[in-house]
Amino acid sequence: MSEPIILNYQVSAADFSHAGEASSNVKKTLKSLGFPPEVVRRVAIAMYEGEINMVIHAHGGEATASITPEEIEIILKDVGPGIPDIPLAMQEGYSTASDSVRGLGFGAGMGLPNMKRYTDFLQVNSVVGEGTTVRMIIRP
Amino acid sequence: MTVRELSERCGFDLTCGEGEREVSSVYCCDLLSIVMGRAPAQSAWVTVIGNVNSIAVATLAEVSCIVLAEGFSYDADALSAAKGKVTLLTSGLPVYETACKIGAQL
Repeated sequence: MSEPIILNYQVSAADFSHAGEASSNVKKTLKSLGFPPEVVRRVAIAMYEGEINMVIHAHGGEATASITPEEIEIILKDVGPGIPDIPLAMQEGYSTASDSVRGLGFGAGMGLPNMKRYTDFLQVNSVVGEGTTVRMIIRP
Repeated sequence: MTVRELSERCGFDLTCGEGEREVSSVYCCDLLSIVMGRAPAQSAWVTVIGNVNSIAVATLAEVSCIVLAEGFSYDADALSAAKGKVTLLTSGLPVYETACKIGAQL
């Protein structure tokens, strides 16, 4: 098995102007490595949703992409408030985003559902008051 | 048809970018997660959200341009983020009429 390429990013809290930089960089890297466009798109969407969730809900966090020819693994780790009811948060249309965040075009309740839809594997571990870790795998 | 041709034929303003990309469809929505998941690549995305998040979503979804409808203006951060990445158009018409006008050209 090949050595993975590891990309690591800090996602700042409430910083919408830089949200998407991590996913955009990973997207560029995947493109330059020759991954199929559909795979690149799936990774970019899933990772951007995760980044935005960290910006909106979790005071920022850390995003890591680990890339091999066989799979792309994304780990998003935050020390935010945690998710009390994960099955509820996974439902399309459910959102706890504030009105101001909704005014920016977010809060459709599609973040986690999109992450599930565009990945082959999604695991959400969360402890209220401690934080959330999301692990996603996309296989070409 | 390129974004520039589309813009000229529809009477939109080319606010940012060269507009050399091809456009093959039109898509309307203001909720960014839905746009990201469902906007077709190479589409003209009609919205009223002209902030920096729209630019990130347009880039990730690989739409050919954003068309900001209803006479709204892009904010300064959006204009700066779009440079070299996304072509921005502006339409004084409502969303539906903007989309119809684009659809009639495709």
